[in-house]
Amino acid sequence: MKPANILKALLYAVGLPAVLVLIWWAATLGAKNFFVPTPGTLLSTFAETWFGERIVSDVLPSLGRLVVGVVAAIVLGIVAGLLIGSVKWLRALTEPVLEFFRAVPPPVLVPVLMLLMGITDSMKVVVIISGCIWPVLLNTIEGVRAIDPVLSDSSHTYGITGAARVRYLVLPSAGPQIMAGVRQCLSIGLILMVISEMFASSSGLGFTIVQFQRSFAIPEMWSGIVILGLIGVAMSFIFQFTERRILRWYHGLREVENAV
Amino acid sequence: MSAPVVTTSGSAASGSGQHRAVRKPARKWPVKQLLGLAGILGFLLVWELIPRAGIIEARFLPPASEVIAALGRDFGLTAFWAAVGETMLAWFLGLLMAIVLAVALGFVIGSSSVLRKLTNSTVEFLRPIPSVALIPLAVLLFGVKIESSLMLIVYASFWQVFIQVLYGVADVDNVAMQTARSYGLGTAARVRYVVFPTALPYLMTGVRLAASVALILAITAELVIGSPGLGREIALAQSGGAISGMYALVLATGLIGVLINLVMRFIERKTLSWHSSVRSEVIV
Repeated sequence: MKPANILKALLYAVGLPAVLVLIWWAATLGAKNFFVPTPGTLLSTFAETWFGERIVSDVLPSLGRLVVGVVAAIVLGIVAGLLIGSVKWLRALTEPVLEFFRAVPPPVLVPVLMLLMGITDSMKVVVIISGCIWPVLLNTIEGVRAIDPVLSDSSHTYGITGAARVRYLVLPSAGPQIMAGVRQCLSIGLILMVISEMFASSSGLGFTIVQFQRSFAIPEMWSGIVILGLIGVAMSFIFQFTERRILRWYHGLREVENAV
Repeated sequence: MSAPVVTTSGSAASGSGQHRAVRKPARKWPVKQLLGLAGILGFLLVWELIPRAGIIEARFLPPASEVIAALGRDFGLTAFWAAVGETMLAWFLGLLMAIVLAVALGFVIGSSSVLRKLTNSTVEFLRPIPSVALIPLAVLLFGVKIESSLMLIVYASFWQVFIQVLYGVADVDNVAMQTARSYGLGTAARVRYVVFPTALPYLMTGVRLAASVALILAITAELVIGSPGLGREIALAQSGGAISGMYALVLATGLIGVLINLVMRFIERKTLSWHSSVRSEVIV
């Protein structure tokens, strides 16, 4: 890329956000609004609130639970999905039940699991797992089901079975579909992390933010919203990066197909 | 020339694109349905047996029969239907507002490449923000009223539809567009006859995803904030110790979810019955 083009791309990227921040700054400049802090206040509150001991006591434990829950959900979802997807009668047997579980809004699981397990860390992790597993599981089933029969027959003919079949045929074929499930799973996971802490907890990000709101610590509350937003953005970046790496062959294939 | 193939967009959402043709016509329906029924019955049986055998105490997990009986009793109560009504009202209003907003903005931004480039970074930043982050703000602004639920629902479902509309508008076939131009179709006519039909399948996918997201957010808002509806009833039942009642309500939300999925798929099939290509299904 030529320098002029880079500059142009940069202008496009930062232009609108800069204008929005300017409007925000100008709007909060004159009258003191109780509900909306100025950009400066928000920035300094953000640093004060989250870069102290809170990062150890609230942010990191929350993130830890999120990571454990999401990873467990992805692994369980893929393993169960591979199993259910490759066995026909098992798929027919479980399909209606799974449809139902997928349709249950995950947050209602919080009170149920609270009852079954008490308010513990493992309960929060289980909440995340039990909400995140469905998109991964159902997408894996669908992906495994939709394997190209020619490829499947060919690999049978060549005597590729067992682990090799899963590794070289099933996983790559279902890969794009599985990743679509993983992406949904990530955003549900973040939502459930926050809700499980808002509903029943004495620590964690969700709890802290609600606490700020209840005590009318408005700039702190906004800074909490900002940090949740940043976590969301970071997760989506990490996902896009990993997805590009794992599915590099697939994106390449699509580009070739689209170019024709 | 290849016909514009519609795959569901979102970089990875289009997994089974090339496998679509192999979908079996499923002639063995009865067997499949019987197995499905057996699955449901088996699930209920296991649920019935776990508390009966004392693996989990019945006061934490009541047997299935008890919960289903409680659900049956709920069906006869006005209060239950009022709560369902509140939830569905918030769901419907929120979804409607989100769709109108997203379609209007999506068509405007999607059809101009300058606007698309300008808004891209902002959209990519705002979209992953979890809607539950707005809960404290909603409480502060609206308290425990339906507006709080609406705010969360609109925010969450907006992005689902908006992104799909953007993809859809960008997918317009160049040849079709040029043809429309040379036949002298004005801007409005081009939007109506070229852009809209291309974007419609994407829009419908977005609406279907948004419908289930909206239900999740409606229930969440009621559960956490306490705005009226099924979610609040669940929280109340739980804190009041009406355990079978709580499980019955959870079942009810699941049934509503299934119903919404079915209705949305039906609407999608009806609106796109003209569409030649069989579309790959995204699983929510």
